[in-house]
Amino acid sequence: MSQTIEAPIEVGLPDAGEEFDHDRPWVVLVWNDPINLMSYVTLILRKLFGYSEAEATRMMLQVHNDGKAVVSSGEKEKAEFDVARLHAHGLWATLRQD
Amino acid sequence: MRRIERDRNVGYRLRLPPEERELLRSLPGQLRQVMETDDPSLRRLFPPAYPEDDKADDEFRRLMREELLEGKLAALRVVEETADADHLTAEQLEGWLGALESLRLYLGTQLDITETTYEEELDPDDPNAPALALYGYLSWLQEEAVAALSASL
Repeated sequence: MSQTIEAPIEVGLPDAGEEFDHDRPWVVLVWNDPINLMSYVTLILRKLFGYSEAEATRMMLQVHNDGKAVVSSGEKEKAEFDVARLHAHGLWATLRQD
Repeated sequence: MRRIERDRNVGYRLRLPPEERELLRSLPGQLRQVMETDDPSLRRLFPPAYPEDDKADDEFRRLMREELLEGKLAALRVVEETADADHLTAEQLEGWLGALESLRLYLGTQLDITETTYEEELDPDDPNAPALALYGYLSWLQEEAVAALSASL
């Protein structure tokens, strides 16, 4: 699709040299493992992130069926904090820039 | 009979036979001793945050390892201190949940547990049978702790 521009408009172009990397969110992944109980993973996701039971269960099942799921995202510091909290609860969590 | 149950008046009720209390009193000290070594079966207690970036992972561990270790040791202490209790507060039960988690992560890694391990009957002649039975017991007890805590979320 295209759009005809009839009059000059101001467009917000990024300044030269701006680092786009800063805008790419970091994602926190939880990986499937054969030890953690499904009910336990659901409880921890509810407790740490305030997800509803339905949402936490959906994520837990995604971990179980697909091997991993994104459970949170945001700035690097927040993602690292979330990984540390998940490790404190025994979950196999990692982070990476999306 | 449920071992761990929510009780509105007293927090959580703990109904364990004496031999289970004895076992649960002794396991935290055993794991604590292992945690002073570099036993590879501890790896699931201290997983990598950056599995594809050793430098970032080392830095993350440098910053986080002590707090992570402290939290796990604190949970083990809660079980040792309350193994004879009839009632637990929510905070104490969270400690039990965490200690059971650490014990299962260590034992499960050591036993190389898979998702199908318990689909077959335990073979009593298997040299790992006692450890597998212990792992099964801890899993069952953790499931009870999860159910009790989930009911009050």
